[in-house]
Amino acid sequence: MSATWTITRLTWHELVRRRLVLALLICTVGVIGLTGWGFAKVPGLHDHGQRLTPGEIRVIAAQLLILVMFMFSFVLALTCAFLAAPAIAGDWESGVALALLARPLRRGELLCGRWLGLALPAVAYTALAVALEFGVARWTTGYVPRQPVVAVAALAAEGLVLLTLTLALSTRLATVTAAVIAVVGFGAMWMGGIAGAFGQVFHNGAISTVGTVTHLLLPTDGMWRAATFALEPRLFAAQAAAHAGAGAFEAASGPTPAYLAFVGAWALGVLGLAWVSLRGREP
Amino acid sequence: MTDRASAPTGASPAIHTVGLAKRYGSQVALAGLTMTVPRGLVFGFLGPNGAGKTTAVKLLLGLARPTSGEGLVLGAPVGDVAVRGRVGYLPELFRYQGWMRAREVLGLHLRLGHQPRPTWAAAIDDALRTVGLAGRGDDRVQTFSKGMQQRLGLAVALIGRPELVVLDEPTSALDPVGRHDVRQVIRRLRDRGTAVFLNSHLLTEVEQVCDRVAVIDRGRVVGEGPLATLLGGGAVRVRCTGLEAGALERLQAFGPASAADGWLAWAGLDHERVPDLVARLVAEGARVYQVDVTQTTLEERFLQLLAPS
Ligand SMILES: Nc1ncnc2c1ncn2[C@@H]1O[C@H](COP(=O)(O)OP(=O)(O)OP(=O)(O)O)[C@@H](O)[C@H]1O
Ligand SMILES: [Mg+2]
Repeated sequence: MSATWTITRLTWHELVRRRLVLALLICTVGVIGLTGWGFAKVPGLHDHGQRLTPGEIRVIAAQLLILVMFMFSFVLALTCAFLAAPAIAGDWESGVALALLARPLRRGELLCGRWLGLALPAVAYTALAVALEFGVARWTTGYVPRQPVVAVAALAAEGLVLLTLTLALSTRLATVTAAVIAVVGFGAMWMGGIAGAFGQVFHNGAISTVGTVTHLLLPTDGMWRAATFALEPRLFAAQAAAHAGAGAFEAASGPTPAYLAFVGAWALGVLGLAWVSLRGREP
Repeated sequence: MTDRASAPTGASPAIHTVGLAKRYGSQVALAGLTMTVPRGLVFGFLGPNGAGKTTAVKLLLGLARPTSGEGLVLGAPVGDVAVRGRVGYLPELFRYQGWMRAREVLGLHLRLGHQPRPTWAAAIDDALRTVGLAGRGDDRVQTFSKGMQQRLGLAVALIGRPELVVLDEPTSALDPVGRHDVRQVIRRLRDRGTAVFLNSHLLTEVEQVCDRVAVIDRGRVVGEGPLATLLGGGAVRVRCTGLEAGALERLQAFGPASAADGWLAWAGLDHERVPDLVARLVAEGARVYQVDVTQTTLEERFLQLLAPS
């Protein structure tokens, strides 16, 4: 069995042994239950004594789902940052790296093993939690997002982007420092994304550029926009495009293939930098 | 290039370095280490704090990259990944995953060392027994005392039948019984042909187990050789009277003598020559009352070597 896979398993076992997986699953089921209760109330809402039309229910359900998913993406991103921050730095800080690296284990294998050991559970968790939430939304309100699978993929990608960045930071910085930089970066990108959207609404070139730079620098918000677009109802996008309202929770169009390719290259590039950084670091 | 580190024909030595050096910024951690550690011996690597012992070990294991120089470990250049599967290592700072059970830590190292799975259970039991942790294998490492963690580290270093075991101060956290156990373990390793590189500043310990010793100070070797040679015999003191004037000159063959309080003393004299010395003294007309033979301790030799030259 390859050394990379050994580290992947080690990372996964640590998540399980530290009860992180259990805690996350319990919290998630709790939150999904709560949101399900909220969704279940939507069809029974009244507007001036009138029951809502199916169209109105759909729009409200879509808005609610996007909001819940935004919360989820936020939690996922923070979880990824907090898991990845100690993934390498922790071994150095504790001294475990001395014993590990004295074995036939390359730095690249340690890095890839850690990445896989966090990325696979993150993707599985995203798929599970989001699918469950979609199921609950559909069961209670009948709402199905435009592209559910794409939405899951985009949310997972958002988590992976932050995970990759934090892991790279973890090869050089202390655990807390890596986590703080990742969280601040995530927040800054979110605000940059909103600024960019406003720039487009008001046709302000300079502010639009902020959004573009944001999406290139750290594509978390870019992936969130992709998820939003996939979460919207089919007609909604057309309306959105009509009044060009692209705030924090709307997207007028999906990501271009070029942008998706860029995000893939970005992740590979950051992993490459992490590898160079780790190779130069002595335990 | 005659002094290039190259694999000698036949079995390569356990360790062979030529001018291995490491600098951290302007700080010289190791100034140029040239030494050969044969296989199947216990090699003591001595030096005061900050001499560069740990740095040398890290370079040998590929944990740090040398600034210059080269070295071979079991015939492979330092930093070679595959050879690390044949080397066991107990770091000076021994820390293992606290959330794992002791057996799991050993299993992880067997897995990383590409050891065949069917051998694991027996190897783990054997290693735990050897270091005195039998019965604690299923406990979490974080519940271990410091000494138990060092014992676990020793087990990690021994597991998988390495050809070379590098121990960086293996008894720093151990009680006297533990120190004794470690010496036993080291002797047993030697008996089965494993080379042991023992990094230490506990001189009595080194004296008891090492076949060969190198002393380093401020990043360079100041003395190296078989323990007996390095110690260079002992000192002899003789209390005698009636020695003729000029007799001491005729005793030059035994080395320079010093006289004080009715005692004559010779330093660095081989044990076997003591009877000859006494015979000569008597032949020179001396009346001998007392002969004291003391073996130079490693500590005395160590302090001599480290004395600013
Ligand atoms: N990572 C590092 N960065 C800077 N200097 C270092 C580093 N590691 C070691 N040194 C320096 O190198 C020198 C040798 O250190 P080393 O740890 O090899 O000593 P040692 O012989 O093992 O000492 P001790 O007996 O205290 O363990 C010291 O002066 C130390 O300050
Ligand atoms: Mg040391």
